[in-house]
Formats: sequence, C-alpha cells, structure tokens
Amino acid sequence: MEAYLDNSATTRCSRRAADIMLRVLTEDYGNPSSLHRLGMKAENEIKEAKKKIAKTLKAAEKEIIFTSGGTEANNLAVFGSVEANKRAGNHIITTAIEHASVLQPMQRLKELGYRVTCLPVDSDGVIRMDALEEALDGETILVSMMHVNNEIGTIEPIEAASELIRKKAPHALIHVDAIQSYGKLSVCPKRMGADLLSVSGHKIHAPKGVGFLYCRDKTKIKPIWYGGGQQSGMRPGTENVPAIAALGEAAAECTEHLAEKAGAMYALRDGFIREAVKIPGVTVNGPGGRNAAPHIVSVSVEGVRSEVLLHSLEEAGVYVSAGSACSSNKHAVSGTLTAIGLKRELLDSTVRFSFCAGTTEEETEYALRRMAEIIPFRRKFTRK
Amino acid sequence: MYKSFLIKYGEIAIKGKNRYLFEEALVRQIRYALSFAEGSFEVRRLQGRIYVDALSEYDFDEVMEALSHVFGIVGICPVVLAEDEGFEALVKEVCAYFDRVYPDKHKTFKVHARRARKNYPMDSMELNAALGERLLTAFPELKVDVHRPDILLCVEIREKINIYSTEYPGPGGMPVGTNGRAMLLLSGGIDSPVAGYMIAKRGVAVDAVYFHAPPYTSERAKQKVVDLARIISRYAGPIRLHVVNFTDIQLYIYEQCPHEELTIIMRRYMMKIAEYFAGQDQCLGLVTGESIGQVASQTMQSLAATNAVCSLPVYRPLIGFDKKEIIEISEKIDAYETSILPYEDCCTIFVAKHPVTKPNLRVIERSEQRLGEKIEALVETAVETAELICVEAERTE
Repeated sequence: MEAYLDNSATTRCSRRAADIMLRVLTEDYGNPSSLHRLGMKAENEIKEAKKKIAKTLKAAEKEIIFTSGGTEANNLAVFGSVEANKRAGNHIITTAIEHASVLQPMQRLKELGYRVTCLPVDSDGVIRMDALEEALDGETILVSMMHVNNEIGTIEPIEAASELIRKKAPHALIHVDAIQSYGKLSVCPKRMGADLLSVSGHKIHAPKGVGFLYCRDKTKIKPIWYGGGQQSGMRPGTENVPAIAALGEAAAECTEHLAEKAGAMYALRDGFIREAVKIPGVTVNGPGGRNAAPHIVSVSVEGVRSEVLLHSLEEAGVYVSAGSACSSNKHAVSGTLTAIGLKRELLDSTVRFSFCAGTTEEETEYALRRMAEIIPFRRKFTRK
Repeated sequence: MYKSFLIKYGEIAIKGKNRYLFEEALVRQIRYALSFAEGSFEVRRLQGRIYVDALSEYDFDEVMEALSHVFGIVGICPVVLAEDEGFEALVKEVCAYFDRVYPDKHKTFKVHARRARKNYPMDSMELNAALGERLLTAFPELKVDVHRPDILLCVEIREKINIYSTEYPGPGGMPVGTNGRAMLLLSGGIDSPVAGYMIAKRGVAVDAVYFHAPPYTSERAKQKVVDLARIISRYAGPIRLHVVNFTDIQLYIYEQCPHEELTIIMRRYMMKIAEYFAGQDQCLGLVTGESIGQVASQTMQSLAATNAVCSLPVYRPLIGFDKKEIIEISEKIDAYETSILPYEDCCTIFVAKHPVTKPNLRVIERSEQRLGEKIEALVETAVETAELICVEAERTE
C-alpha cells in the first residue's frame, strides 16, 4: 500500500485540471497576444481562469496577476510593494516563521538598507500581537505575514493584525502568503484586509510552475521584470496559458463544497493525532483544533532522527517531509520549529504529515500502523 | 583547422618487448574516449607513433577534453600533415602554418627539423637553417632564438611531413587495461573517487562496491555514488558497481559488539564483501581511499585490523596524502562538487563519540565471536541481494 501524505510539499494534479491543460497545450495553443483567432482563444482561456479564481476570492478579475508560482508571487509582492512605496518609509515587518520565499527577499532588502522587523511567535506559532503593535510606526511600508504556517499548520490572526496595522500604520501595505491555506480554508482578501495575497498552483492540485498574486485594485506595486507588457506590465512574458487554465480549474475544484471538505479533513486529522500521540515518545506541534489548518500535522518523535523515520516510512510506501532537513554534514534547522521553542533534541526528530481532500482514513490508519512498528524498532539504534 | 593530432606517450616507450601491448591498449582507450566526442575519427599507429585523424567536422575543445582523459598520453600535438612535394612546397606549407597559428609575428622562434626518412635530400641541420631563413624572409618581425624560443616549430620528415608547434599536456600514466583490474570501495566521500582515479592512472581497470544502509541513507546518497562512479569511468572506462545493502549487518553488529569497535568491525565486513566481488570480477586487489591518521578508522592500528581480513592486496593510493592534496585532485577530476553533497553515508550514522583509535586485533576478533553464525547468513544475503549497476560516462549522440 502507498500513502502520499506530503501534500504540503506538492499535490497530484487533478484530472479536471490535467484535462484542460492537455486541451490548451494541443488545441488552443495560440499566443494570447496574437491578433488572430487562435490568439483570442488563448486569451479567453486566461480570462476564464481569472474569472474562476476571482470568484473564489470574492475579488475582481483585474486583481489577479499570474506568476510562475508561490515564490515569484511572494517576491513580486515584497519587492514590488517596497519599490513602489520606498518614499513613504523604510521599515518592513515580517514574522520569524515565514517561508524562505519571503524571508530571503527580506534578507535582501536588509542588505539594501531597509529596516526589517521580524516578529516573534508564541509556542503555538501564533504571531505576538503586542510585538506587532510595538513594531508598527509611521515609517512602516509593508507587513508580510503567512495565513497558515507550512510546517506546523498554525492559522495566524490575520484579520486582527490587519486592523491593528490600519490603525497604527495606515500607509503600510499588507501582504498575506496564503500558499498553504488557499483551497483548505476560506480565503477572502477583503475580509482579511490584505492588499496582496500569494497562491501557488501545485499546492492545490494544479501543475507546478504556476501561481498568482492577488493585488487589490489601486494598490501601488512595481513589476520586478520588464518586457512585452503582458498582464498590464505587472508581469510581462507570454502567459503560461495551459498551466493558467489548469490553475483556474483547480481553484474552482478545490473550493467547491469547501466547508464540508475542511470538516472532513479536520475529522481525519484529529483522528490521526489522537492515535499518533498514543505511540510512546510522540508529540504533536502547533495549536491543534480549529486554530490550525486541517491538513498539516507536525510530529516529533523522541529518539528517532527525522531522516531515518522518513526513509523508514518511505520503505513502507508512506511519503512525508522532514520537519527540518538535517544530515551529518549540514545542519539546516527549521526556522519555525526553533521559533516555537521546540526542544533542541526534537528539532532533528520532527516529520510533517500533510493531507489533501482526497486523503482517506485507510491511508492515515496505514501510516499510523507502520509508525507504531517503526518507531520503537528504530529507537533501539541510536548514535551513542 | 587541424585534421590530425599527434599523440605523444611516455613510459610505454620503455616497456621493451611488451611495448606493442601497451600501444594497442592506448589506441583502444583513445578510440573509447573519442566515442564520447562528436564526429568520426581514425586512430592509427605508424612507425612508433599514434595519430588521430578527424574524418569529419569536430569540436576542437571537445576532442582535447576527451583525449585529456586517456591515461598513457603525455602530450597532444595538433599537427598538419603535408605530402612531400619538394622543398619549395614545404616552405609554402610551413609559412602558411605559421601565418595561421600566429597572427602576431613579434615572437622568437626556432625550427626543429627531424629527418626520419633518410632519403630526403636535405639533412636535419640543413633543414633547420633553410626553413629558418625562409621564415625570416617571409615574416620580418620574427627573430630567431635557439635557446629559449617562444615558438618551437617542429618539422618532421616522415612518410608525410609533420608540422606542429604546440603540445597540450596529457594526463600521463599508463593506458587502462594494461595492469589488470581492481575493486574500489567507493563511498560518497571525497577520497575514494580520487583513489579510483589514481589506480586507473597506473593502467588498472576499476570495478566498485558501495555499501548503503536504507533507511539510514537515502536514494539520493546512492544516486550520488553512481554519479561519482560515472566521473571515474571517464578515466577508467566502464565500471561494474555493486550496491550492497549493509543495514542488517550494521544493526546486528551494533546490537552484539562494543559500540566503540563498531566502525572497525563494520569495515572488516565491508572488506570481506568487497573481496567476494573482487573474486567474482577477477580483480587482483582492493582499493580504498584511506590515508594514515585521517580518522579513527585510518590509524596504523585500525588499518592493520581491517587489513587482516583480506587475502588480496589492498592498495591505498592516497596513503601519504593530506586532505588538501586529495581535494586538489578531486577538484581537478571534477568529482569534488558531487562528493560534498550533504547526504548521510553509512559509516557515520552510528559512529561512536569515542571510537577506538588503537584497536587490538585479538580484542576485535574476540568481539566478532559474539556475532556467531548469524553474521555469515547476513553476509550471504547481502551479497546475494546486491544490485549490479554498469556505469559508463554519458555519450553525446
């Protein structure tokens, strides 16, 4: 039996999305900028995808900018907004648990002379509001936060944060990295108070290499690429029409009956956690309950290295991620796990299970069964 | 612009009556190396020389790159081969050559003529003088310097006349296949690929054995070793890589033996298994990347303890090298970047904090007695289930 429980790394492309992609690749293959009929057909595919996506966000079609994926959407949001608003101030706020595609741009901005504040989080990974309040000032031009943390699933209090930001730094733009939440929770930029919001295609059963940035109407950002003026110059380059069409379909598909699907995933996740913690030495990180996303479970296993557990599960056909990539040669400790103050000896003993709407109880039960066998056996053999 | 290359070889020339065997091996290795370059080539032996003739369009750098991987080659000279149509024709040919190769004539030069075909009307000295004079007339900026010339123009009168003036260094050594075959213990590290390169340099063909320990080591670690074998095979020719699953043996030793001795005992079993495959592949020795004192398992005592299980000789080409020197070679052969990819290898996963550095063979053997007969069964299974991967460098179509 196989169980793919690594859906936060990437998902399998859905049949509906793949079908559309193949059709566009082989039939409606025109360049959307071409003046002839085939060009118009391709352009219509993009319009159609925009319409589907905008509907899921309760947003306008013109507010969607297609990108090559989540990393580009985050880069465009961060660099684009700072570049456009640098005269208004030089202070930027982010959090300690962001993905590298936000943290690395922040690092670069620091090198360029910007003042970057990195907000701490509590032991559940929730942004500390007092720290946010303290950090905000008249110089703040951007606040970038994630909606759901990719390692432990914490849902961040975006709405409350936005309210605070609007009050204390009315000129600051608000960027939300919704890459792990879109398609799992309801995501509505207006309600969240987001000016910019990033989504990645391959996390929601669309193909890799496509994503989008929601950019609220009249929000001032500058492009990071320059070229032939496509997408109103915000992201030039011939659009990846097949992937965009597939993304539109996947977005529509994953948000259909969202509440029911999320409910079912919560039930699946809660059952998984209930059983997992019965295995001696196993703990679950993050807030759990409805304060965490329904599809991510971070599991720490005392006395078993994450890489060994991961490969043992792999032998059993269960695919997961290591909480932090570590090996004897190179220690790349996870920022999130460090930020929530996880015990040092567990940093290298944490794996992440991540589900999707299609994950079955049979799969999670199988994974649990194999874990219950593997963990005590592997624990016998440790480096002394 | 060159249609031919003159291949110079060193040590082979002194190998007495076996010389033809070495030359044949060199020709074979050159053909093999050129099969990785685009174009078609003829390799021929002629009067104690080896020539490569290009029969089609080719990429000069690619051919040089291919030839620079052939052990036994000392130098590669791009050469112009001209028919003997009298001295005036030769002068024309030499001047044309000079003009093409050296656009800037503000240089010093010397003509080095050799009359190998004795029926040529001028002797070597006369040729030197006559060609030098004509070159000076043709290109007045040139100057003669017989002691340290910028350009040494070689003109050899053979069946055809050979004109050349540049020599690219080859890798030296002996053609692979002239000194038997050895079994390399290949890990994913920096040293063992270099050891494989060094042994191949002395004309030894290479097979390899790799020990992996899933789930403690990953598929990527194994892929890395295949990639390293492929890098060695550019020099050593095709490699039979035996991939042995070592996990059960390792865990069993872990359970039964003192922890500080784990690495030594493990390595003794690796040697035994390597020797088994060496026998299967008709190898005349084992090769490791060990260097004295580099780690606990490479002290003189540890090497003696591991060596004691083998009946085949164990060659350690890096024995006197410092890490820095090994890294230099690793970089030269383009293995370094692959070697340093950060994947766990099976020797380090259970390594003790304080492993023995001066193991006593008798103590080690006593510890091994605890392994009983079960270890033999585990070794047998490991050998039987080993995967064989035939590794060859990637070919351009």
